[in-house]
Amino acid sequence: MTKTFTRRNFLKISASAAGGLMIGFPMAARAQGAAGADAAGAAGAEINAWLTIDANNIVSIVTPQSELGQGAFTAVPMMLAEELDVPWESVRHVFADANRHVNNDNLYVSTSTGGSTTVSRRHPYIMQAGASARERLRHAAAARWGVPVEDVVAKQGTLTAGSNSGTYGEFAADAAGITLETEPAIKAYGDWWLLGTEVKRLDVAAKTNGSAMYPIDVTVDGMVHAAVKACPVPGGRLVSFDFEAIKGMPGVIAAVKLTQTKDVPAFTDMRDSVAVVAESWYQANNALASLPIEWDLGRGASISYESQTAEALSLLGKPGTVLKDEEGNLGNKRDKGVNQDEVPGLIESSSKVVTGEVFSRPYEAHATMMAPAAVADVKDDRVDIWTFTQDIGRSLTEVADQLGRDTANVYLHQTYMGGGFGGGYNMFIHRQAAAISAEVGKPVKLILSREEDIAQDSMRPPVWSTYKAGLGDDGLPVALLTHVVGEEKQPGFSLSYVADMPYKVPNRRHESSQVQSHMPIGYHRAPGANANGFFVEQMVDELAQAGGWDPLEWRLKMTEGLEPYQRVLKAMKEKSGWTTDLGNGEGMGCAIVESHGTIAGCVATVTVSRRGQIFVDKLQYFMNSGYTINPLNAREQAESSAIWEMGYAFFGGLDIRAGRVVNTNFDSYSIIRLPDTPLDIEVHQENSEDQWWGGLGEPAGPPTPPAIANAIFYATGSRIRSTPFSKAAV
Amino acid sequence: MTIKLNINGQDHELDADPQMPLLWAIREKAGLTGTKFGCGIAQCGACTVIIDGNAVRSCNMPVSAAAGKAIRTIEGVSENNDHPVQLAWQDLTVPQCGYCQSGQIMSAVALLERNPKPSDNEIDQAMAGNICRCGTYPRIRAAIHKAAELG
Repeated sequence: MTKTFTRRNFLKISASAAGGLMIGFPMAARAQGAAGADAAGAAGAEINAWLTIDANNIVSIVTPQSELGQGAFTAVPMMLAEELDVPWESVRHVFADANRHVNNDNLYVSTSTGGSTTVSRRHPYIMQAGASARERLRHAAAARWGVPVEDVVAKQGTLTAGSNSGTYGEFAADAAGITLETEPAIKAYGDWWLLGTEVKRLDVAAKTNGSAMYPIDVTVDGMVHAAVKACPVPGGRLVSFDFEAIKGMPGVIAAVKLTQTKDVPAFTDMRDSVAVVAESWYQANNALASLPIEWDLGRGASISYESQTAEALSLLGKPGTVLKDEEGNLGNKRDKGVNQDEVPGLIESSSKVVTGEVFSRPYEAHATMMAPAAVADVKDDRVDIWTFTQDIGRSLTEVADQLGRDTANVYLHQTYMGGGFGGGYNMFIHRQAAAISAEVGKPVKLILSREEDIAQDSMRPPVWSTYKAGLGDDGLPVALLTHVVGEEKQPGFSLSYVADMPYKVPNRRHESSQVQSHMPIGYHRAPGANANGFFVEQMVDELAQAGGWDPLEWRLKMTEGLEPYQRVLKAMKEKSGWTTDLGNGEGMGCAIVESHGTIAGCVATVTVSRRGQIFVDKLQYFMNSGYTINPLNAREQAESSAIWEMGYAFFGGLDIRAGRVVNTNFDSYSIIRLPDTPLDIEVHQENSEDQWWGGLGEPAGPPTPPAIANAIFYATGSRIRSTPFSKAAV
Repeated sequence: MTIKLNINGQDHELDADPQMPLLWAIREKAGLTGTKFGCGIAQCGACTVIIDGNAVRSCNMPVSAAAGKAIRTIEGVSENNDHPVQLAWQDLTVPQCGYCQSGQIMSAVALLERNPKPSDNEIDQAMAGNICRCGTYPRIRAAIHKAAELG
C-alpha cells in the first residue's frame, strides 16, 4: 500500500552539502506549544522507514543515532545515499522517531549511539536499506514502462531504460508498494562513489547562526522552569527540606522530591534530589540555593580520592585477581595458552628485572558544553520529552516505565546534543523532568547548573597500575606481570587494553584489584583504553629503554606479524621525523593504542623550558580504521579526541573529598583552552582496506597523553606517571 | 522593574529583577536562544555577546547593567548566515556539537572588528575565554585567519 504523508515528530534540520543555508527549521514551530503542532517534517513518499523522496526528488534520510558533534547525521545519510545513488545535494537529514522505533519492534535495529559504532557496526543494514529502496524504484519503473527490470538503470536520482527516463521522485510512491522477492546485496567494500570522499557535515551551517536547537532551547506553551540539587554525596538520601522558607520568593511555584530507586547509584537511576519549580529558571535556581535541605550522606561521605589512592597503593603491594579464561589461561584474544602461574618465577630468573612505579589517572567528568536540560510535558493521555540522549529508544522506554505508561503514548524528541562523549548513556535528566512535570501537572523545562551537572555526572573511573618484567639477553621482555587497580562498580574498565595489548611477550600475567567506591561511573570517550593506554604505553617505553631499544623499533619488533599495527608503526617511523635525540629541551615520544577497532598511533613533539614549562609543539596521528567513509570527518574526529585527551593530560582531574566532587565548575575543574592547543596537529590515514572497519569518534585520544609523557621523558629525563601533569610529581 | 534593552537593533521592554543575568533576558524574555548557558560564572564563554564592541559574558552581567546599550547576539551577526566569520566557520567545518560556537563566533567577530589581521598570539588571547569540549580550537584558529582574509 502506498503511503504519502507529512510525518509528525520528524524534524528537517539540514543544510545543503555545499555548506549553504538551512532548508527549514521546524523546531521553531514547537514554540507554539502542543507537540501535535510540530507538523513540519519530511514530506513525500516513504519507500521504507529510512527514507522519503518528494516530488522535487529531495531525499530525506532518517538517522536513528544521535548527533553529538561526531557526524552521525552525515555518516548515516552518506551510507544510505551511496546505495540509493542520489546526488548528495538532494539529501536532507531527519531525526528518527523514537516512538515509531520502540513501538515497531525496533524498526531502526538500534538507536544506541556510542563505542564509535555508527559506521563500523551499522553500515551493513543501513546500506541495505538504501540498496533495497533503489531496487524497488527500478522495479516500479520497469512495471510502468513495461520493460524488463534488468534494463532499468538507477543512477544519481534518475531512472532510465532506453528512451524512458524519470526521476526517483516520480516513482517513489509506486516503489513504496513493491515487495522484492530477494533483497539486493550491498556493494563490496571500497566499490563506492560517495563513501570515501570528503563530505562536509550537514549540520555545520545550522551551528554558525544560533539556529541549531538543543534541549535548553525548547519551549512549550505554559511551561514552568525547574532547577535541581542532588545529594552532594552520591548514594546519600534526602531527609527533609523546608519549602516554607522559600515559598514567598519571586516566581516560586513548588518544590519536588526526586527519589533514587535502587540501593546504590545505578545506571540511569535518579539520585535523591530536590527540584524547585518557578516561573523562570533564574528564580528557580535562586530559590534552590536558599532552600534548607537535610541529607543523610551515607557511606560515601568517608571516601575521598586520597583515601582511594591509599587503598590502591596498598592493593598494588599484594597479589591481585589473575585474569583467566575457562581453561585457566590468559583470557585474551591474542595469547591463548599462556601459563600465567610461571610468570613470577620467569621474571625473577631473567637476566634483567624491571620494576615499574605506579601510574594513575583520576576521575573525570564529561562536562559537555551543553548545560544538561530536558523539557517534559506529562499529560493524562500522552507524554512528550525533549532531551539529549545517546539512545533515544532506551530513554523513551525508561520514561514510560517510570511513569507506568504504555510506550505507544510516550514521545521522545531529539534535538542536537551539545556534546556527549559517553555521558548521554548514563543520563537521567529525562526521568527527573518527567517526574517533576507529573508532580506539578505542567510542562517543565529542567536545566542543570554546571555545578549540578558535574556533581551528578557518571564519572570516568580512576585507575592505578604498575608492572614487573624480566628481560632476555636481547633486551626484550620474556615475562611480564601487570597489576591494575580500578574501582568496584565496573572492573572491566580497568582491564581493557592491558590484557589486549598487542605486544608479543611470551609469558604474561595480568592481575586486577578494586578499591571501594560510591561514585557513579560511566562510559567516557574510549573507556578503559584512555586510562590504560597511558600506563601500557609508558611501561613499554620503560621496557625498551631498559633493554637498550629505541621505543618505536621496540614496538615494531614486538608486533611483528600484526599487519594493522605494522602499517601504522612504519608510517610513524617514516613520516614523523622520528628521533629520541632532539636535544635543547626538546623531545619526541610515541604511543599506539587500539580502541573501537581502530589502531591509533601518536607522535608528540614537546619543548620543556628551563623553568619546567611544557609546550606541545606538534601532534602527529597515524590512524588505521580499515576503511574510512569520510576522510574529512575522520580527521575532525581525530583532532577532537586528541585535544580531549591532551586536555586531561594537562588539566582536569576531579577532586573527591568527603564523598563529594569539590571542583564542580570551570574555575576549579580546568579544561584545555585554545592557547593550550598545538599549532600543528597532523592526521594521517593509514588504512589497511582489508575488510574490517574501525570506529573513529574516540581512538586518537588514548595514545595522546602517553606520547606526550614519553616525549617529556626524552626532553628532560623525567617521567610523568599521573595526570593532570600540573599536579603530578616529576 | 521595567528595563529597556536594545538587542540586534530592536528595542525590548521587560519586567525583570535588575540582578537577573542578561543571558536569561536574552534567552527567555527576548526569545533569542542562540546565546547559550554554559557555566554561569563567566568561565566558558558560551554566553558571549557583543556590547559596545566588546565581547562580554552575559551569564553574570546583571540585566540592569546592559540597559540602554547596543547588544549584539549571534542572531544579529548577519541576516543570511554569511558574515565572513560564519562563512569561514562553514568552509573549515569548525562546529562539531556546536553548543559553544555562538560564543566562539561572537568573540571572533569582536576580535576582528578591532584587529582585522590578528596574529596567532592575538587570537590566543582573544579566544582564551571560550571553551570548546569538542576541541575545535585548531579549526577556530584557522577560521579566524580565513575570515580576516575574507574581510
